[in-house]
Amino acid sequence: MIGHIYDIAVIGAGPGGLSAAAHAAELDVSHILLESSPRIANTIQKYQKGKHVMAEPGILPLRSPMDFDAGKREAILEGWEQGISRHNVNVRYSAEVSKIDGEKGAFTIGLVNGESVTAKHLVLGIGLQGNPRQLGIAGDQAGFVQYQLDDPDEYKDEVIVVVGAGDAAIENALALAPSNKVYIVNRKDEFARAKEGNLNLIMAAIESGEVECFFGTTPARIDPPTDDQHQGVFVLNTSTGEATVPVHRIIGRLGAIAPRGLVESFGIEFPNDDPSAIPALSSQYESNVPGVYVIGALGGYPLIKQAMNQGYEVVEYVLGNKVKPADHNLIAAKFLPLPFELEVDEVLEMMQQRIPVFEHVNALQFRELMLDSDVHVLKKGQVIFSKHDYDNSFFTIFEGNVEIEVSENIRIPSGVGNFFGEMSLISGRRRSATVIAGDECVVIETPRRTMNKLISSVDAVKRVLDQTFIVRTIQQKFAPETPIEDLMSIAEKTQINRYAPGQVIFSQGDVGDSLHFIRNGSVTVSGDLDGKEVVMSYVPANQTVGEMALLGNTTRGATVKATVKTETLSLDVESFQMLLTRAPGLKERMQQVAESRSLQNIESQSSAEEEGDLLSFLMGQGLGEATDVLLIDEGLCVACDFCEQACAATHDGTSRLNRKAGPTFAHIHVPTSCRHCEDPSCMKDCPPDAIQRGGAGGEVFIGDNCIGCGNCEQNCPYDVIQMSYKTEAPSSYWKWMLFGFGDKPGKASSAGVVAENAIKKAVKCDMCMDQPGGPACVRACPTGAAARMSPEDFVDLVSVEH
Amino acid sequence: MHTSFLSHAKGRYFWLAVLLILGSIVIYAMDNPTEAPNGGTWLGYALGTIAALLIVWLAYLGRRKRNFAHGWGTVKGWVSAHVYLGSSLLVVVTLHTGFQFGWNVHTFTFGLMCLVIFSGFFGVFAYRTYPSARNDLKKSQTLDDVFLKVEKIDTELARLTADSSSDMKMVVTSAIERTVVGGGYRDQLFGRDLSSVVLGGNVVSNKGQQQALGFLVEKLSRTEGKENQSVGEIVRVFNTRKRLLDIIREDIRMQSTAQVWLLFHIPVTFALIAALIAHIFSVFIYR
Ligand SMILES: Cc1cc2nc3c(=O)[nH]c(=O)nc-3n(C[C@H](O)[C@H](O)[C@H](O)COP(=O)(O)OP(=O)(O)OC[C@H]3O[C@@H](n4cnc5c(N)ncnc54)[C@H](O)[C@@H]3O)c2cc1C
Ligand code: HEM
Ligand code: HEM
Ligand code: SF4
Ligand code: SF4
Ligand code: SF4
Repeated sequence: MIGHIYDIAVIGAGPGGLSAAAHAAELDVSHILLESSPRIANTIQKYQKGKHVMAEPGILPLRSPMDFDAGKREAILEGWEQGISRHNVNVRYSAEVSKIDGEKGAFTIGLVNGESVTAKHLVLGIGLQGNPRQLGIAGDQAGFVQYQLDDPDEYKDEVIVVVGAGDAAIENALALAPSNKVYIVNRKDEFARAKEGNLNLIMAAIESGEVECFFGTTPARIDPPTDDQHQGVFVLNTSTGEATVPVHRIIGRLGAIAPRGLVESFGIEFPNDDPSAIPALSSQYESNVPGVYVIGALGGYPLIKQAMNQGYEVVEYVLGNKVKPADHNLIAAKFLPLPFELEVDEVLEMMQQRIPVFEHVNALQFRELMLDSDVHVLKKGQVIFSKHDYDNSFFTIFEGNVEIEVSENIRIPSGVGNFFGEMSLISGRRRSATVIAGDECVVIETPRRTMNKLISSVDAVKRVLDQTFIVRTIQQKFAPETPIEDLMSIAEKTQINRYAPGQVIFSQGDVGDSLHFIRNGSVTVSGDLDGKEVVMSYVPANQTVGEMALLGNTTRGATVKATVKTETLSLDVESFQMLLTRAPGLKERMQQVAESRSLQNIESQSSAEEEGDLLSFLMGQGLGEATDVLLIDEGLCVACDFCEQACAATHDGTSRLNRKAGPTFAHIHVPTSCRHCEDPSCMKDCPPDAIQRGGAGGEVFIGDNCIGCGNCEQNCPYDVIQMSYKTEAPSSYWKWMLFGFGDKPGKASSAGVVAENAIKKAVKCDMCMDQPGGPACVRACPTGAAARMSPEDFVDLVSVEH
Repeated sequence: MHTSFLSHAKGRYFWLAVLLILGSIVIYAMDNPTEAPNGGTWLGYALGTIAALLIVWLAYLGRRKRNFAHGWGTVKGWVSAHVYLGSSLLVVVTLHTGFQFGWNVHTFTFGLMCLVIFSGFFGVFAYRTYPSARNDLKKSQTLDDVFLKVEKIDTELARLTADSSSDMKMVVTSAIERTVVGGGYRDQLFGRDLSSVVLGGNVVSNKGQQQALGFLVEKLSRTEGKENQSVGEIVRVFNTRKRLLDIIREDIRMQSTAQVWLLFHIPVTFALIAALIAHIFSVFIYR
C-alpha cells in the first residue's frame, strides 16, 4: 500500500511530541503523531491522581501552541486534549512504533500491529519511561491484564494476581490486599530486589496470609474462565507443577523495557554503554541519522516545559528556519557580566575553543551545560572555594588565572582553559584545597549533576578528568613539591580500579605489590582473630591503604574490602620507587603514617572483637557511604521521642527521622534517617535537579523546586525520603501546659493546615541547615542518646564513657 | 560520640554545683549574724534569692525542652545543669533557713522542694538504668519486633492446633484471644497481667500464661506417639510465646516507670512555686 507521505512524523505523544505535532498543524505542515498507548501523554497519565504538576524551571518561558501551566494533572491533560482538536492535530493512538527504515525524505515507520506510515522527517519524543515489559504468554492481550495500577481503591472483592517481585509489584499487592484476594507471583525464592521496608511488609503480609505468594513460579498461560464469576484462569508453572488460579484481574509489574534498544535499532548512536548516556545531537536536535530528530526526556531534557519548547523548535528546524531557542535569553543573561560584547553563540564557541575539556562536547550539549552553569567574573584575591568546603561543583577557567593553595605555603597557579574542583566532584568529599582568583579572572561553575551527565555521555571528558585526577592526586598526596611534568610518567602507569560493595581489594597474606588510594567510596580493614575475621578500622575516601607493602613488608597484614561502590588508584612497586626518588621526604612521611596506624591498631586491640562486630554491623547498614548519620545509644535513650518531635516542629510538621524503625546492634541503634551519602543515590534522577549538597555540614537537601515526582523516594536505598504535605501546626506551650489546650508542641498535628493546592513534595533530613543551633533532634535529646557522627568516629563507639 | 547528661561537658555543672555548695557553707560558717541564722539575715536573703531564682529556672526546663527551634544550647546541657544545680538546693536552702523549721508555710515550702528533688533523684536513676536494662531485655530488638514475633507465633499456633482436639484448640485460641498487654497506666506500672483463658467452659485468670501452660503440659504427659509429638511442639511454641509476653510486660513496666515519676515531679513543682510565692509574701508582710 502506498500511503500519503507526511512531511513530519512525530513519534510519542508526550509533552514534546504533542507540542511538535500541534505546531506542525498550526503551520499547516502535513504531519502525523503516533502514540503507543490509547491516550495522550502516557507518562503524565501515570502520575498519581490529582497530582499537582509543576512548571519548572520557572524562569523559562513556554513556547508552544499547547497550553501548559502548573496545575492539576487532570486539568493539564484536558487542556492538551482540547489543544489537539483546536489545532486539528492528526494523531493515531495505539500505534506503537517498532521499526524505522529508509532515509531522510522517505522513512518507513513500522508499527507493532503490522501497519506502516511513511514520512520525510521523524521527530522522536518517546521519553524515557519505556514500555512495560509484557507477560509474554498466551492470552496476555486480554482486557483484564494490565501493567499499571492508578487507584487501588477502585477494586473490591476481586481475585487479583500481581506478577513481579520489585517494589512496584509489592506496593501494588499490599495496596490491594485489604479489599481483595491477592496473589503475588515471584520468579525467585525471595524478594531480593525490593527495598528493606517493602520486604518486611510483604513478608509480614505473606506470613499473616493477607497476600498469598507463589515463589519460584513463572506465568504459563491465561485460559478462558471456567465459570461466570471470573474473567479468566491464570495458569502458573510452580516448582511442584502447574497451578491454576481463576482471576478477575492480572497486574504485571515486570519493570519497563528501557527505550534505548529500540532507539539504537533505528540507527541512532549512543556514546557509550552507560545507562544514563544520551544520544549525541546537533544543536538543532538532529541525531546522527539525518532527518531523525530527538526531543524531550529521551534527548536529556527531563522536564515538561523543556520538552514542549523543543517540540516547537524542532518543527522550525525541520522547516529550515533558524529560531533562537526559548532559553536564549537565559543564557544571554548569564553572559551579561562578561567584559566583552559578543553574540551568545560566539561566546559559546569561544568557550569551547579555549577550554580543552569541553572541546569534544557537541554544541547542543555544551549549550545545555551552560544553561545549568554560572559564569563568575571575579576580583583578584576572591576565594572561589575553601579547603574543607563541602560543595562539589566543577570549575573551568575562561579568562585570567587562579591560584590553588594546596597547603599553607604552596600555591600552584593555573591559567585559561584549565579546570579545578574535579577532586570533590569525583570523590564526593570535601574540597582538598583553597582556590583564589587571580588577575581578570572569569570562571564557569558547573553543577555536579550536569557534569556527571557530561562525563557519562562524552568519553573524552571522562578520560581527561581521570588523567588529571590521577596526577593531581599523586602530587597532592605524595609529592606536593614536585612539578606535575615530573609526575606524568608515574601517572600514566597508575590504574583506576573499581570494586563492588563487599569486594576484596586485597587479602591478608597476599603478596603486597601495590598501594591503593581510595578516590571514592570507602573500605574496611580487617584481620584474622583466632580464625574469625574482625573488622579493625574504617578508611574513607582520600586516604591510602596498603602502603606498608611498599615500605618493606612483602605480605599483606590485613584484608581490605570495599564497603560500598568504591574506586581506587593503584601504584605498583616500580612507580612507587620512582616516586620516592622524585619526592624528597616521602619515605619518612609514609613511614610515620604506617607507624601511627600500627600504634592505633595495637591500642584498640583489647576491644577489637566487640568493636569489629559493631563496625561490621554498621557497614552492613550501608553506613560506609554515609558522611553524617544519626545514631542512638540505646543505653541512654528513654524513648521520649523528643528527637522526632523536635524534627517535626522545625520541619513543617513532618519528622524526617523515625526513631523506632531501623536495626539495633549491641547498644547502637540506626534509626531511619538520612545519612547524607557521599554519592547520594537520591540525586540521580531528579528532573528539576532539586536535590543538592552543600552548606557547612555538607548536608544533602531538597530544594523548593521539587516537583513531587517521587523518584528520589524510590532511589534512596535507605528509605528515608517521604512524600508529604507541608502542615503548619500552631501550638502554644503555655496554653498546652497550663490549660491543656491545643496540641502538644512538636506533635504532628491532626489539625495541621494543608494549604489549598499544596502538593506532596519529597522531604528528608536537611541536617537542620536553617536552624541556627544545628540539628534539632540532637539538641532536643535530654539524655545524650541521640548523636550525629561521621563514619570516622565509628571506631570510638565501643569505648563509650557515659 | 555519645555522652550522657551526667558527664556533659566533662561534668561542668557538677563542679559548678560543688562550688555553689562549698561557697554557701563557707560563707555561712564565717557569717556572724546578730540574731540566730535565718532567712531574715543578709545572708538569708541572699541564699533565699539564689534559691528562688534557681527554682524558677529549674521549672523553666519544661518550657526549654519544648522550644525546639530556638533556645540556647542543647537540652542535654540543660538537664545536666538541672540535676546538679537542682541538687545543690538541698544545701543552699537549708542554710537559708538557718535550720529554723516549724509547722508553717515556710517549712511546707521546704518540704515540697525536697519532694521535687528526691523525685528528681529517682528520675536520674531511671534515666540511667532503664534504657540499658530494656535494651538487654529485648536483646537489641525494638518492642515492635517482639510484638511481631508474638503475632507470628499466634498464626503458627493456629496452624499447629488445626487438627488438635477441641479442648486443646479452645485453650490455645482463647489464651491467645484473651491475652492482655499494656492496659491502663497503673496496670503498666505494676506489670499487672489481666490475661485470661477459657478452661472447661469457665473464664479463669491466665496470669503469666501459667494456667494455659499448665493445661498443655498436663496434656503432654497424657498423650503418646504422634499426638504426643504434636502436643510437644505446641507446648514448645506456646512457651516461647509466654516468654516473649513476659519480656513485653517487663519492658512496658520499665518504660512507664521511667516516665511516671515526671507525673509527680511536674505537679509538685507547680505546688512548690505556689507555696514559694506564699512564703515570700508572708515574710514580707509579717516581718
Ligand atoms: C512521577 C513523575 C512526576 C513528574 N512531575 C513533573 C512535574 O511536575 N513537572 C515537570 O515539568 N516534569 C515532571 N516530570 C517529568 C516529565 O514527566 C517528563 O519530563 C516529560 O514527561 C517528558 O516528556 P517527553 O515528551 O519527552 O516524554 P514522555 O512524556 O515520556 O512521553 C513519551 C510518549 O511516547 C510514547 N511512546 C513510547 N514509546 C513509543 C513507541 N515506541 N511508539 C509510539 N509511542 C511511544 C509514550 O506512550 C508516551 O506517551 C515528572 C515525572 C515523573 C515520573
Ligand atoms: C526570694 C527568696 C526568699 C526570701 C526573700 C526569703 C525570705 C525569708 C525570710 C525573711 C525568712 C525568715 C522568716 C522568719 O524568720 O520568720 C525565711 C525563712 C525561711 N525560708 Fe525563705 N526566703 C526565700 C526563699 C526561700 C526558698 C526558695 C525556700 C525553700 C524552698 C525558703 C524556705 C524557708 C524556710 C524553710 C524558712 C525558715 C522558716 C522559719 O524561720 O520558720 N525560702 N525566708
Ligand atoms: C526544686 C527543684 C526542681 C524543680 C522545680 C524541677 C522542675 C522540673 C521540671 C519543670 C521539669 C520538666 C519536666 C517536663 O516538662 O517534662 C523537670 C525535669 C527533670 N528534672 Fe527536675 N526539678 C527540680 C530538681 C531536680 C533535681 C534535683 C533532679 C535530679 C537530681 C531533677 C531531675 C530532673 C530530670 C531528670 C528531668 C527530666 C528531664 C527531661 O526529660 O527533659 N530535677 N524538672
Ligand atoms: S536520601 Fe538516601 S540516598 Fe539521599 S543522601 Fe540521604 S540516605 Fe543517601
Ligand atoms: S538533623 Fe534536623 S532535619 Fe535531620 S533528623 Fe535531625 S532534626 Fe530532623
Ligand atoms: S530524644 Fe533522645 S532519649 Fe528521646 S527518644 Fe530521641 S534519642 Fe531517645
